[in-house]
Amino acid sequence: MSRDTLLWRVAPPILRSARRPQRVVERNAIVYRRTPMVLISGFFEPLFYLLSIRIGFGALVGDVDFAGRSIDYAEFVAPALMASSAMNGAVYDSTMNIFFKLRYSKTYDAMLASPLGAADVALGEIAWAMLRGFVYSISFLVCLAALGMAGSWWILASLPACLLIGLAFASVGMALTTYMRSWADFDWVPAITLPLFLFSATFYPLSSYGGLAWIVQLSPLYHGVALVRGASLGVASWGMFVHVGVLLALATVGLSVAARRVETLLLK
Amino acid sequence: MNVNEQPAIRAKSLTKKFGDFEAVRGIDVEVRPGESFGFLGPNGAGKSSTMRMIAGVSPVTSGTLEIFGLNPATHGSEIRNRLGVVPQADNLDGELTLLDNLIVYGRYFDIPRAECVERAKELLDFVQLSERSSGRVESLSGGMKRRLTIARGLMNRPEMFLLDEPTTGLDPQARHILWDRLYRLKQQGVTLVLTTHYMDEAEQLCDRLVVMDAGRIVAEGSPRELITRYSTREVLELRFGTGSNVEHEGRLLGVGNRLEVLADRVLVYADDGESALHEVHTRGLQPESSLVRRSSLEDVFLRLTGRSLEE
Repeated sequence: MSRDTLLWRVAPPILRSARRPQRVVERNAIVYRRTPMVLISGFFEPLFYLLSIRIGFGALVGDVDFAGRSIDYAEFVAPALMASSAMNGAVYDSTMNIFFKLRYSKTYDAMLASPLGAADVALGEIAWAMLRGFVYSISFLVCLAALGMAGSWWILASLPACLLIGLAFASVGMALTTYMRSWADFDWVPAITLPLFLFSATFYPLSSYGGLAWIVQLSPLYHGVALVRGASLGVASWGMFVHVGVLLALATVGLSVAARRVETLLLK
Repeated sequence: MNVNEQPAIRAKSLTKKFGDFEAVRGIDVEVRPGESFGFLGPNGAGKSSTMRMIAGVSPVTSGTLEIFGLNPATHGSEIRNRLGVVPQADNLDGELTLLDNLIVYGRYFDIPRAECVERAKELLDFVQLSERSSGRVESLSGGMKRRLTIARGLMNRPEMFLLDEPTTGLDPQARHILWDRLYRLKQQGVTLVLTTHYMDEAEQLCDRLVVMDAGRIVAEGSPRELITRYSTREVLELRFGTGSNVEHEGRLLGVGNRLEVLADRVLVYADDGESALHEVHTRGLQPESSLVRRSSLEDVFLRLTGRSLEE
């Protein structure tokens, strides 16, 4: 990371000690070079939802009002499923995989014996998880296009938003994983991601939640869905800065906690 | 100051605490570049904790520690860049092939990829694992894993090589292969620092060593010096049968320089073991078996701590 950018100067001190997190990404890329299919297994879930909506559900629901215009239900849901696929990819990688490397395979102990430090491990692993989520998002986008559901070229604008969702969820995922004590603790992962998936204005607009809308807005995925949906439908608003801000804040906190915890757990 | 005059390790009152437990209790150590240095002691003596501090992966609780003249707390990354490490527990990358284990590790040091490939092949050859280069780590025996870990630790051509219990759990043949490789490194001028609880290993590999017990250094010197200082040239081992060794102590008094009565045998420290044995027979004692051997670091340890290392 270049040391004179704004991003560098606002980064928390622990992250500024990072030197070459890209080597951690490189290591993972070499591992998955052999088993590329594993990378995209998790993208099927949103795809199946999409197909179910496309096949019948959409016809029952009809059109949805969004930003002052009426759009096809499938068109409304597709961006939200794409956002969810970014979350899934990032969460799968940053929980189970990182737990295994942290507690069992001692992969990080070996990295920390080299010039790499805790911040490199955290940044590298989170970047990798983010990229894995991004692969899900792109595969999902390809499916949308194949089904003739991609809509306008605006959908490409949603890709950076997917990266940001991946970054936020990977960071929080890794931070929480460092606190997990056994595999049983991972039962909590779907218990958290499933409600996020269902209740982040994914399947119906925020207005449908009535007085409970504020709870939905607490969901990090809600901000991701709003960003991806706005971008892919070509609807910009000032609220998008809030969404970006929330996801960036989560990423920063998650990254710092993850780096600090790797240090506490392994450099003792 | 010339870089070469800088000690590879300089520790003063080095202390490590884990909560209330004091694993290392204020040790002073200085290791010169090119030297082979050993930490000898039983499990729990504080050797591994010391090694982890030296390797820059464990913060110093108090005292000072300098590696190549640098403070690990502030220059950890620079120090680790110049170190090779073989940890006590294998942490090879099970998701990678043998060759990739080395290449990926070299990349952590920012060594160009082509250079990594070249060095990895060379090192697999050095540790006699070339034939398995595309195999997986889990298919290796314990000795092979340890050799691969050694090859990995050499990827960055370290100035100092740290080995924590390098041959624990290996069969004699595997140990001898390892010793041979380490001896070659020593000849190339690499500073070797190792911990061991094997006496023969310390005698084979170390120019100088410290004996640690309960977090403290109890003796320091070359293997020969320590044996001369704390033991006799030879040792006569007598076995009188289980339970009856203690009874014979009184009748053995005065034979040799010193007696050490253990549960299973009596050790008679003497410069001439054969004449000590003759004296035993003259006194009319009939041990079930007797053996004259050269003194070893085991005897030094026994003398210093009153305990055997293997306990």
